[in-house]
Amino acid sequence: MSACLRLCTAASCRSRGASELLEHCRKALASDQAQLRVKQVGCLGPCSDGPLLAIDPVDRLLSLQEVNGSDLETSLAEALQGGNAATCLQQWQPSGSRELSPDEPFLNLQRRLVLGRCGVVDPESLADAMAAGAWQQLPRVLEQNDPAAVIEMVRRSGLRGRGGAGYPTGLKWATVAAMPGSQKVVVCNADEGDPGAFMDRTLMEGDPHTLLEGMAIAAFAVGAQQGFIYVRAEYPLAIERLRTAISAAEQQGWLGIHSIEGQRGVPRPRPPYPAEHGVFGLPTLINNVETFGNIPALLELGVEAYGTGTKVFSLTGHVQRSGVLEVPMGTSLRTIVETMGGGAPQGRQIKAVQTGGPSGGCVPASALDTPVDYDSLKALGTIMGSGGMVVLDDTTNMVDIAAFFIAFSREESCGKCIPCRSGTVQLEMLLRKLLERRGQAADLQQLEALCHTVADASLCGLGQSAPKPVLSTLRHFRGDYLALLPAEVQR
Amino acid sequence: MPLPLDQPQSGAEQYEGLDPVLQRHGHQAHGLIEVLNHAQQLYGHLSEPLLRHIARQLQLPFSRVQGTASFYHLFRFKAPARHSCLVCTGTACHVLGAAQLWADLRSAVMEQLGVELGSVRCIGTCSGAPLVVVDGEVWNHVSSSAVLKRLRELEP
Repeated sequence: MSACLRLCTAASCRSRGASELLEHCRKALASDQAQLRVKQVGCLGPCSDGPLLAIDPVDRLLSLQEVNGSDLETSLAEALQGGNAATCLQQWQPSGSRELSPDEPFLNLQRRLVLGRCGVVDPESLADAMAAGAWQQLPRVLEQNDPAAVIEMVRRSGLRGRGGAGYPTGLKWATVAAMPGSQKVVVCNADEGDPGAFMDRTLMEGDPHTLLEGMAIAAFAVGAQQGFIYVRAEYPLAIERLRTAISAAEQQGWLGIHSIEGQRGVPRPRPPYPAEHGVFGLPTLINNVETFGNIPALLELGVEAYGTGTKVFSLTGHVQRSGVLEVPMGTSLRTIVETMGGGAPQGRQIKAVQTGGPSGGCVPASALDTPVDYDSLKALGTIMGSGGMVVLDDTTNMVDIAAFFIAFSREESCGKCIPCRSGTVQLEMLLRKLLERRGQAADLQQLEALCHTVADASLCGLGQSAPKPVLSTLRHFRGDYLALLPAEVQR
Repeated sequence: MPLPLDQPQSGAEQYEGLDPVLQRHGHQAHGLIEVLNHAQQLYGHLSEPLLRHIARQLQLPFSRVQGTASFYHLFRFKAPARHSCLVCTGTACHVLGAAQLWADLRSAVMEQLGVELGSVRCIGTCSGAPLVVVDGEVWNHVSSSAVLKRLRELEP
C-alpha cells in the first residue's frame, strides 16, 4: 500500500480547523512528487480527540488538537527529507500531537460494517469509494435479477429499522414489494432530529455511496423507480456530499434523479401505512440512513457472517471520550460507556445513560451490564432509539433532564391532536413547577397520570413516546423528584 | 396587511431568481418546500410579497403557503441581522451548560452588536459542547464571556 495521510474533515473535526490543516499538509507535499498523498476522509471515530489524522501504511492515528498548522507543514516537509515516505512517517511526531494506540478500546472493540469505508475513503470521490468496494453489490443483485431473494436475505438477517422504532426491515420491504402497481417510491429518512445523535450525519458525510447503494438495492427489491432523501437543514455538509455522490452515480448511469410533497409535517391516521399509500399516494418504502447503510455489508457477508449485526452510536455527554462508534449488537452498555468511552470525567461517577433521545429513557448506573439490544432496553423502560447515547454523571438532576426532553417534544409537536399538543405543555409546566420547588405530592401524581394519558391517546409516535423520559426517570430516579417536594412530604 | 387588489404583479421581475426552481417542479404544489428553501437562500427571508408571489406561481392559496412555511423552524419571516449567533441546545450541550450560556447571552445586549441571538436544537458535533454557531461557523467549548468577546470583534 502506498503511503497516505487521511485527515478527517467531517463536521466536528472541520469545526476544529481540519480544513486549514489539510491545506497545510497539501502545501508540505507540493514538492513531494508521487510518494505521499493526503486525502480528506470522513469520521474516524473519537471526535473529542479531533482533529484526527490517520497514517497509512504504518497504521498510526494522531490527534492534532494541540498542533499548529504551520508547524505541521514544516514538520511534515522535514520528515519527508529522509527518503522512503512510509519509513519516515513511522516515527513522525509533529509538535503538540498525541498518538492514539490501535489497542485503544474505543477503536478495536468496534465492528464497522455500516461505517466500514467511513474514515477510509474520500467522500467526494466515487473512484476512491469503488476502490474500497462500494457499488459492488448492486451489479451482483441486478445480474441475479431476483428481488424476492434479496428481500428474503434481509428478512433472514433479522435487520430491524435503525431509526429507532426497530420495525423488521425485511417485512417492510416485503410489504411494499407486494403492493400492486408499477410505480413505487423509496424514501430515506435523514432528518436525524434527536439531539445528541449524529450517526446518520457521520455516514452521509463520510461515505455517501454506501447509503446510495443501499437505497438502489432497496429500490430494485421493492420495485421502486424514484428515491428521495430527506435531510435536515442543519447538515449542510451532508447535503453537499450527497449531491456530489448522486451526481457521480448519475454520470455512471446507475441513478437517474427532489421536503417532499410540500406540506406541513402532520401525521395521518394509519392505516393506510406508507407501504400502501405514501408519497404522492404511491406505495412507499421509508427507512433510516443506517438501515440502508447495512444493506451492502449484509449482501457482501451473507446472513451467517453478518450474524446479529451492529449498531452505530454517538456517545456524548459527561464522558471522557466522545464520538461515533459501531459495535456488535448485544455489546454491554458498560463496555461502550466505560471501556470504550473512558467513563465519567475525573472525580465523578456515572449516574445514568440516556438512550433514544426524547423518545427514550435512561438506564441507571446499576444496570450498566445490560446488553444493548432492542428487547433488553425495552425491558428497562427505554428504547434503542436512533443511537444517541448521552452519559450523565452525578451532578445531573434527572428531573431537569425530563423537563429538557419534554420541552423538545412540546416544540416539535405538530399540534394536530390535543393529548400531545396540550399534554406536552402541561407536562412541562408540572416539571418546571417541581423544579422551582412549588410542587406538591399531588402534582407528582398528576404528572404520572398525565404521562399515561398522553402516551395512550396521541395520534403518532412523537406524542406516544414523549412521556417516556418522564416515566423512565420516575421509575429509576424517583428520589430526584421527591427531593424537590416540601420537606414534610418527602418519603 | 393584504395587498390592494389593483396592485400590478410586480413579483415577476423582482423574484425572477426563483424561476429555475419553479420550472424544475413544473409550478406544482409539491415543490413548495424546495421553492421556499431557495427563496430564503436567495432573498434572506420570506416576506409577505415573496410568499404571495410563490403562492401565485404554484397556484396555491396564500394560507397554504403561509401554513407550510410557518411550520418549519428553518424558515424566517423577518430580515436577518448582520450576524447570527445560535446557541446549541442539544442534549450534550444542555448537560454541559447550554442553559446558562443561553441565559447569559440573552441578557447581553446583542442588537447593539448587530447580532441576532437564536437557538438550534442540535447540529450533531456534540464533542464540542457547549457550542454556538456564529454566521455558520461552529465555536466549540465556549463560555458566555468568550462568546461576547469574540462577537464584539466581528465587523459591525
